[in-house]
Amino acid sequence: MVDLHPNKPITLETFTRGIWEENPVFVMLLGMCPVLAVTNSGANALAMGIATTFVLVCSSILVSLLRHRIPKQVRIATYIVIIATFVTIVDYVIQAISLELYRALGAFIQLIVVNCIILGRAESYASKHRPSKAIINALGTGLGFTIALLCLGLVRELLGSGALFGINIFGDSFQPWAIMILPPGGFFVLGTWLLLFSWMRLRKEGKPTSQEKEAGYHEH
Amino acid sequence: MSTDSLTFIFLNALIINNFVLSLFLGICPFLGVSAKLNTAWNMGLATTFVMFVSSLCAFGLNILLVALDMEYLRLIAYIAVIASAVQLVEMVMKKFSPTLFRALGIFLPLITTNCAILGLALFQTFRDYSFLQSLVYSLGAGGGFALAIMLMAGLRERLDLSFVPDVSQGAVLSLMLAGLLSLSFMGFAGLGS
Repeated sequence: MVDLHPNKPITLETFTRGIWEENPVFVMLLGMCPVLAVTNSGANALAMGIATTFVLVCSSILVSLLRHRIPKQVRIATYIVIIATFVTIVDYVIQAISLELYRALGAFIQLIVVNCIILGRAESYASKHRPSKAIINALGTGLGFTIALLCLGLVRELLGSGALFGINIFGDSFQPWAIMILPPGGFFVLGTWLLLFSWMRLRKEGKPTSQEKEAGYHEH
Repeated sequence: MSTDSLTFIFLNALIINNFVLSLFLGICPFLGVSAKLNTAWNMGLATTFVMFVSSLCAFGLNILLVALDMEYLRLIAYIAVIASAVQLVEMVMKKFSPTLFRALGIFLPLITTNCAILGLALFQTFRDYSFLQSLVYSLGAGGGFALAIMLMAGLRERLDLSFVPDVSQGAVLSLMLAGLLSLSFMGFAGLGS
């Protein structure tokens, strides 16, 4: 959704929109690759969320500052170069902080470049708003993305290895549901979350489902 | 089978470590363009071609960057190469098959942000593949992407005819299907050892 009033003051909504109404993962289905790939543990999910938020915020600021100078024809290429610059920084920083984490996340740190959430924010928001608003919006979207990653990461770690952030929860008698930390688990857990949200949405709208229609449920 | 042999590299990228179903690369087009078998096949073909071209370019580019001692520019350089390759495919397709061009729509330029392609270029660099190995790897990866997206499209075409509860329509159903496909592809995991 494009904000039609770029000069409107910053409201709480600028921040919260990215978390709930326009959650990049659960509502807009963007940036699915890292969501599925690095969420086999809570720690990986959190690290990925922070790294992506950092790139998102920095590139939003820069795009917003340069929004009157970037020629329209080459804007996408410019955005990509800006994003790639920050991703390179993150890549080297993570390598310096924790080599273990760097290995666990693998190529997915560098693949933040092609995360459509970041390019999407640059194109549809940062290029049309002043930096202060762009930062708030980017922070909200980044937080929404991190929450989504954690939603998957925590469930998968809990079921797949019986732990949360590496701390054993269920004790030794727990038989890990190994499929959850393997690739298929990512698809299943995300599918289940979406199922939950879609069920909630249908309940809220109060529309009869096709089964109910078929049974003539609402006609009585 | 040695892990360096061309056959292994090809099979590894095609089915054992399928780019979509076990490495989670290229999920967006996998979920977005898999409604019709015909479109899925074309998307698979276009992606394979872009993968082949960009793998070739990335190989040459990496040699140049290492020679100049500028590895930190790798990411930016790869992205630029991939964007140009996509532009090329777009122009060729517009000229020779306008119908296909229209069918793929927005997803054609979006191949640029398909992480499978950048992922391929990065993996072949990390693994120090030779020129021939890189080419075989790119064909395997492209084939694996086409295979996955076509399997998905076949399943979804069938599902159009069956009754699905409202609550699980759309993305939910696609993800569950992808999970089942991924589960069955795990059966190939023993092939490499």
